[in-house]
Amino acid sequence: MTPASPRAIVIGASAGALEALSVILPSLPHDFRSPIIIVVHIPPDKRSVLAELFRAKCKIQVIEVEDKEPLRPATAYFAPPDYHLLIEDRETLGLTCEEPVLFSRPSIDVMFESAADIYGRDVTAVLLTGANQDGAKGLLAIAEAGGEVILQDPGGAFAAAMPEAGLKLCPDATVMSLDGISEHLRRIG
Amino acid sequence: MIETFEKIEDIEIRLLLEALYVRYHYDFRNYAMGSIKRRLRQAREQMGFATISALQERVLHDETMLPRLLDYLTVQVSEMFRDPSYFRAIREKVVPHLKTYPSLKVWIAGCSCGEEVYSLAILFREEGLEDRTIFYATDINQDALRAAEAGVYDLDRIQLFTENHRKSGGKSSLSDYYHASYGRVSFDRSLRERVVFSDHSLVTDAVFGEMHLISCRNVMIYFDRPLQDRAVGLFSDSLARKGFFGIGSKESLRFSAHAEEFKEFVREEKIYQRLGK
Ligand SMILES: C[S@@+](CC[C@H](N)C(=O)[O-])C[C@H]1O[C@@H](n2cnc3c(N)ncnc32)[C@H](O)[C@@H]1O
Repeated sequence: MTPASPRAIVIGASAGALEALSVILPSLPHDFRSPIIIVVHIPPDKRSVLAELFRAKCKIQVIEVEDKEPLRPATAYFAPPDYHLLIEDRETLGLTCEEPVLFSRPSIDVMFESAADIYGRDVTAVLLTGANQDGAKGLLAIAEAGGEVILQDPGGAFAAAMPEAGLKLCPDATVMSLDGISEHLRRIG
Repeated sequence: MIETFEKIEDIEIRLLLEALYVRYHYDFRNYAMGSIKRRLRQAREQMGFATISALQERVLHDETMLPRLLDYLTVQVSEMFRDPSYFRAIREKVVPHLKTYPSLKVWIAGCSCGEEVYSLAILFREEGLEDRTIFYATDINQDALRAAEAGVYDLDRIQLFTENHRKSGGKSSLSDYYHASYGRVSFDRSLRERVVFSDHSLVTDAVFGEMHLISCRNVMIYFDRPLQDRAVGLFSDSLARKGFFGIGSKESLRFSAHAEEFKEFVREEKIYQRLGK
């Protein structure tokens, strides 16, 4: 067993997610240390192609999560359609099929709140483009637990509503462009 | 201060789960904590308690609170023919094997309000297997079991059920099996003539028969890893040689201590086969 990573990165995105993540994920090196846990809103009835798509473009590993998936460094984990993704502990991811939250399953809030519980200050949360309010409450939970919170600059985002909602609840969050976010993540590893 | 608050909440949750076990023999102590925590926070808020400890006191002293709390602690999300491709695989790949047995036992573990039970009963009728089969439908939630036995669902769910049934390769029309009135549909009694509904916990109860097919979908995701091992061990012991075992589409036996007792039978649909004992 690889030892649990000291830090994690969590990302939430909705409308425009594909383009935004295409800037960030392929830029991360194969020896990136942290796991990256990602919720993107996807229709429930479709087989998600996100993991496959990014696997081809990335130097890090890319997986669609199954229940009790172990967390490893240099790996991006996508929530599957129609399940909430939760961080169980620093070594394990879990899934549940409770009711959608803000019409979303997976929900960014649910995943972010579990990240706040498990990682406390040892997490960096990034809220990207999206046309709804999901993620803002979760971002606040992470900020309150001492984690780092970053928002995509609403001005440059495909859909501004989500990062704007995040900024409303977390006025102290760092606002960055996609390139800025990529660079920052590479630096903190 | 937030850090101390969260630690206190963790302690309270541990104590509440212990109290539920000692007082009522419901054992949630080894459920996956992330999800339990969320649902207890919801229960606390919506039931109007300031703390989990206050909720605990009430549940300990007032047993009428138990069913309400259980509705938070167990997740009753289900559909008929949920993941149609799973039922299609049962129909096309598993049924031909089942047809070689003179009598069959099928266990639907964590059957919720019965959606999965009626799905399999209809599938078995369509495939001519119903008469030789006994279905065991089990759950720990009494209200869910009662609903399962009643077989009544809101009319607005029927469109989805019908669509799923069709995609699963259904050979009849779903409307052959229910009648609608006053915004609800009741499934045909004859479908449950061969079903035994019972209260059975995968955490605290034992093997009760030798099964040819076990379907336990989206139940073990609520357990932690060691508890999953216990449940999979129970299923392994309950299966006949070469019996079939289906789990949820995002579950896997890869991480289980019992993985080597099974082979993947339909990989993409998470249908496994018990290896020779
Ligand atoms: C999400 S539902 C799954 C329904 C159905 N199998 C499906 O996949 O659509 C989970 C069910 O597991 C039941 N359950 C939870 N803990 C259990 C236990 N220890 N033993 C048996 N059933 C349990 C819950 O009461 C609930 O009805």
